[in-house]
Amino acid sequence: MGKLMNRFIYFSINYNFMNYLHNIGAYFLMIAEMFRKPTKWSVMKQLILKDIEDLIIGSLGIVAFISFFVGGVITIQTALNIDNPLIPRYLVGFATRQSIILEFAPTFISVIMAGKVGSFITSSIGTMRVTEQIDALEVMGINSVNYLVLPKTIALLLYPFVISIAMFLGIIGGMAACVFGGYSTFEDYVTGVQMDFMPFHMVYAFIKTLVFAFLLATIPSFHGYYMKGGALEVGKASTTAFVWTSVAIILLNYILTQMLLS
Amino acid sequence: MIKVKNLHKSFGDSQVLKGISTVFEKGKTNLIIGQSGSGKTVLLKCLLGLFDYQKGTIGYDEKIFLSLTANEKRTLRSQIGMVFQGGALFDSLTIAENVMFPLRMFTKQSQSEMEDRANSALKRVNLDNAHNKMPSEASGGMQKRVAIARAIVNNPKYLFCDEPNSGLDPKTAIVIDNLIQEITKEYDIVTVINSHDMNSVMEIGENILFLKDGLKAWEGSKDTIFKTDNEVVTDFVYSSNLFKKVRKMYLEDL
Repeated sequence: MGKLMNRFIYFSINYNFMNYLHNIGAYFLMIAEMFRKPTKWSVMKQLILKDIEDLIIGSLGIVAFISFFVGGVITIQTALNIDNPLIPRYLVGFATRQSIILEFAPTFISVIMAGKVGSFITSSIGTMRVTEQIDALEVMGINSVNYLVLPKTIALLLYPFVISIAMFLGIIGGMAACVFGGYSTFEDYVTGVQMDFMPFHMVYAFIKTLVFAFLLATIPSFHGYYMKGGALEVGKASTTAFVWTSVAIILLNYILTQMLLS
Repeated sequence: MIKVKNLHKSFGDSQVLKGISTVFEKGKTNLIIGQSGSGKTVLLKCLLGLFDYQKGTIGYDEKIFLSLTANEKRTLRSQIGMVFQGGALFDSLTIAENVMFPLRMFTKQSQSEMEDRANSALKRVNLDNAHNKMPSEASGGMQKRVAIARAIVNNPKYLFCDEPNSGLDPKTAIVIDNLIQEITKEYDIVTVINSHDMNSVMEIGENILFLKDGLKAWEGSKDTIFKTDNEVVTDFVYSSNLFKKVRKMYLEDL
């Protein structure tokens, strides 16, 4: 019985591992396919504009809301943890700025976008797969990967714009919480925000943002494009896409931080 | 004409098509029929170039599909019109934009020229007042007609239909069948229809290919299907009491 169990576990791990490898290979092949046989520019231009509206403009509201309030929470928690009178109060602004620019805006917002934008991309492409719209494109001789995935990837090149807004509103939210909550003065907060500013931190944040933008466009597209089944599977594919996009963002966040900041 | 010679297609160990040979003629409605799992859809997808096959050839007017270059395949595909089972209309485009889609992708026509072509295609399928509707606002029959309009708008040489009247009421189904037959004659194109519907077989089956277990079990027309004593065909086609009676009456009349 034990031997049988061991064999089952061995085959199960082996199967899953091979499956992961297969999916990783298929993902990179899809990316290569995305740049082959381009769609007519006049059509592509319209697709890009539509995706900018859906993916970028459509995300501004939620990003602004989350950034403002999380900025406030970061400030309150920092202020409450500084109980030593020797530590200057302007440190609240400094800590808020650093947290928001280095981590919150590029990474935390990207994980939220993996849920919002990622599930939208997977479900829209997945529905096209289920209803044979992708087959219709292929029959017409159109490179469906280029037609569906490239416009989303190009639209998400504007993602750093969303992150800039998240940074700005996060710092403003922190300021509002700081001043109206009575944790520090406006002058102290602004001094802290301006203190020891390193422009490279912005470069680091935007490099991460661009990498995450690529992941946000391509991983959900992959899960939608290669899904099989019906409406239920579209939902499952959206969840899987969210999980894998988040995992990839967190892993690459670690690798990029190690490479760029250490 | 489309010539299929000794076509073999398998998925892993499972062989789905086991040496199909047939000819789909120009100006005729060619039907592929058979039970579920007999290989109809796989054959259609091989004809469309969506599936690669292991052995055999498919020739489109003497052009062998697998030996064409990528550019030649693209040109050939632009000559193919396809009506999918569910219509496969693009959800984000209006009906008129759906019909104009092949023109926008493959021609350099101006917007007004494309609109004119789309209007005449929609008129041809008797849809005059639906241009600005979204596909979700159209009924099943309307969606099929839009799909036909999209398939013919670029003057294709080959028209493929996958169960064009599935999910439609009998009256609308006959309208769609007749429309496809009229278009086939009018445009003088090769039309291949994958169907389960015995009404379609009796109505428009000018050339019928019957598949069973991946093999060609019978080939004929709507006239010869009444007279055949091939048990495999009669079991399938005359499985309902109504069709049994119709056949009996037909044979008695003879």
